[in-house]
Order: sequence, then structure tokens, then C-alpha cells
Amino acid sequence: MALFDLELVLSEILIVTIMVGLIRIVRGPTAADRMLTAQLFGTTSVAILLLLGEATDTPALQDVALVFALLAAIAGIAFVQRIWGIEPETHD
Amino acid sequence: MTSLMSLSHWLGATFILSGVLFFVVGTIGLLRFPDIYSRLHALTKADNLGLGLVIAGLVLQAETLTGALKLILIWLLVIASSATTSFLIARAALNRGIQPRSKP
Repeated sequence: MALFDLELVLSEILIVTIMVGLIRIVRGPTAADRMLTAQLFGTTSVAILLLLGEATDTPALQDVALVFALLAAIAGIAFVQRIWGIEPETHD
Repeated sequence: MTSLMSLSHWLGATFILSGVLFFVVGTIGLLRFPDIYSRLHALTKADNLGLGLVIAGLVLQAETLTGALKLILIWLLVIASSATTSFLIARAALNRGIQPRSKP
């Protein structure tokens, strides 16, 4: 380990980054803007879990990161197919 | 040997720190950019570059070769899924008639 636990501090910074990105859910005019936050979750949570797994010496968190990456991809594809695959509705 | 270990450790810490900076920049772009296409561009590019830098730093600090290979495979999976998803979202937005923002 280093002088101080760099990985823990940086993973907390990344968690703050996700929380700030949640503002886009409140203000995005279209549904796709809200869906972008799921992409943000997918990439950033992989980095958070890898850093935490390095900081706490638990390699099992790498498998959790794999699951998160796959879930983000499936969420985006399901959004495009099921929500926006139907006929366009009026903007509410 | 110990100097080589220390060098790779600090180089890895530098890579991880710069990757986290890219994540912060990607979130700022997600909040500040005007339309869906530029937001997609900012988010996917900056975040995948940040994840690549974080994983490069972790590979430099990895103990075993298999752990490093697993990290690289995770990065390749995230890149492929993120590129596919962002392309699908942008194409669906165009099909629904959301126009890219023109010059004011």
C-alpha cells in the first residue's frame, strides 16, 4: 500500500461524479438524455469497483464489475428496442 | 527490483489519477452540453478513455499476469458495449426526429 490509500479516495471522487451526473435525469428534455445516465453508471461503476477491489484486496469485485458492464449494455439496448421502438408518441 | 516495483507503482498511481480526471470532465460535459448528440459524444469518449487510463494504472500495479489480462478484457468488453449502445441511442434519436443543434 502507498502512503495513503489513493484508490479509496479516488473511488469516492468517482461516486461524487455519479451523484452529480444524476442532475441530467431531472433536466433532460428527452428520454434518451435520462438514459445517458445509465451509460454513465455503466462505465463509472466499473472503474469504482475495480479501484475498490484493488484497495481492499478482493479480486471478486472484478467479476461484479463485469456484471455491471453487461447490465449497462443490456439496459441501453432494451431502451432503444422497447421504449423507442414503438411509434413516436407526443412529447409530454 | 524494489526500485522497479516502486516505479511501476507510482506510474500506475499517476495513470489512475489522470483517468479519474477524465471521468470528472465527462460528467461536466454531460451536464453542460446542449443536445443529445454532443452529450453522447462527451460521455462515451471521456468515460472510456478514463476507464482505459484507470485500467492501465491497475495493470501496472497488478501482481500476476492473469489478473492483468482479465483487466484488459474487462476494458475491451466495456468499450464494445458502450460504442454499440451509444450508436443505437443516437440512431434512435435521429429516427424520432430529434434534430442536432445547429449554429445559433
